[in-house]
Amino acid sequence: MLASLLIVFREVIEAGLIVGIVLAATTSVSRRGLWISLGIAAGVVGACVVAGFAGELAALFEGSGQELFNAAILLVAVIMLTWHNVWMAGHGKRMALEMRHVGSEVAAGRRSLIALAIVVGVAVLREGSEVVLFLYGIAAQGGASSGMMLMGGALGLAAGAGVSALLYYGLLSIPAHRLFAVTAWLITLLAAGMAAQAVLFLQQAGYFEVLTSTVWDTSWLLPESGIVGRLLHTLVGYSDAPNGAQLVVYVGTLVTIYLLMKIVNGRKPLTTAVSGSAA
Amino acid sequence: MNALKSLSFVLAASLWAPAAVGSDAPQGLSLKDHVFTPSIIHVRANEPTIISLTNKDDTAEEFDSTALKVEKVVASGSTGNIRLRPLAPGRYPFVGEYHSGTAQGVVIAE
Repeated sequence: MLASLLIVFREVIEAGLIVGIVLAATTSVSRRGLWISLGIAAGVVGACVVAGFAGELAALFEGSGQELFNAAILLVAVIMLTWHNVWMAGHGKRMALEMRHVGSEVAAGRRSLIALAIVVGVAVLREGSEVVLFLYGIAAQGGASSGMMLMGGALGLAAGAGVSALLYYGLLSIPAHRLFAVTAWLITLLAAGMAAQAVLFLQQAGYFEVLTSTVWDTSWLLPESGIVGRLLHTLVGYSDAPNGAQLVVYVGTLVTIYLLMKIVNGRKPLTTAVSGSAA
Repeated sequence: MNALKSLSFVLAASLWAPAAVGSDAPQGLSLKDHVFTPSIIHVRANEPTIISLTNKDDTAEEFDSTALKVEKVVASGSTGNIRLRPLAPGRYPFVGEYHSGTAQGVVIAE
């Protein structure tokens, strides 16, 4: 029971932390609940489909279908997170400051919400398909112990959701004017970590085999298999033994998002937002 | 699903083809009754290796190793190739994540 609790807890927490950050990042956008719920629902349905076709999926691309699929959905998430951050850099601050004037921004806000709903969906899809496979295996075996194992899975789900909720409420306790900056950074780090993870999947599929040697190994200090290492892996892309290509992509993603946000932010100084009549 | 499939196809096509990995054939590994055979795999250090895992159980299993940085689901009755990066000499434990009590093994690079 403990084993299944831990497995489900681990997968749920990885998707749940992403949902928590996305929720905190969209506190000022209306109708976010609907879109993010849709993202979660689509992710759950997708996870069942992916689990059902796990064998067929893996057999694609000379046996590397699963790795390429994982890399592809991670890269989709990276693009969506980037898009959201860049959009928020242009509009978010204004929206947070003048909540009543968001009428004209609602349409644009929805586009950013769709992007984040996709991020939530693919996160749930990726982690969820492993949970589905695992629980299906238990259920298929039957016997007296399977009831206990499924109970462990349910407890793991609850615990993972609980930790994610803690993160969300922790973020909400940050003063509103700073919340934007904090979530922007969290999303930037999240995206960079996902991009680095995508590189690893591509390399496991036999592509992108450059700079593959390990740059450092801190598994003795902070192992990625431990709870803290896992959390840091999910939140900021921590790896206890990253390779060169992963580092390059990680830093490259950070810099790219930062520069894009700078450019967009610089183009729309707050004064024009306040006077408004120029438009 | 279709969009994702075609996306990964584009991704695959846009990158260069898989590099030929060593001259060695993949190392065979099988899983039966949630036990790996062989449970100790010897590989040459500092060279990439492929482990070919055949799942003979009737449930899916995930080959999981944080030391090797690999997570790979192998469906029931199918075979999956696990690519290992060039490893420094040492021991790298792995488990079948869904049955980690019995499905255990170690890769030894030397």
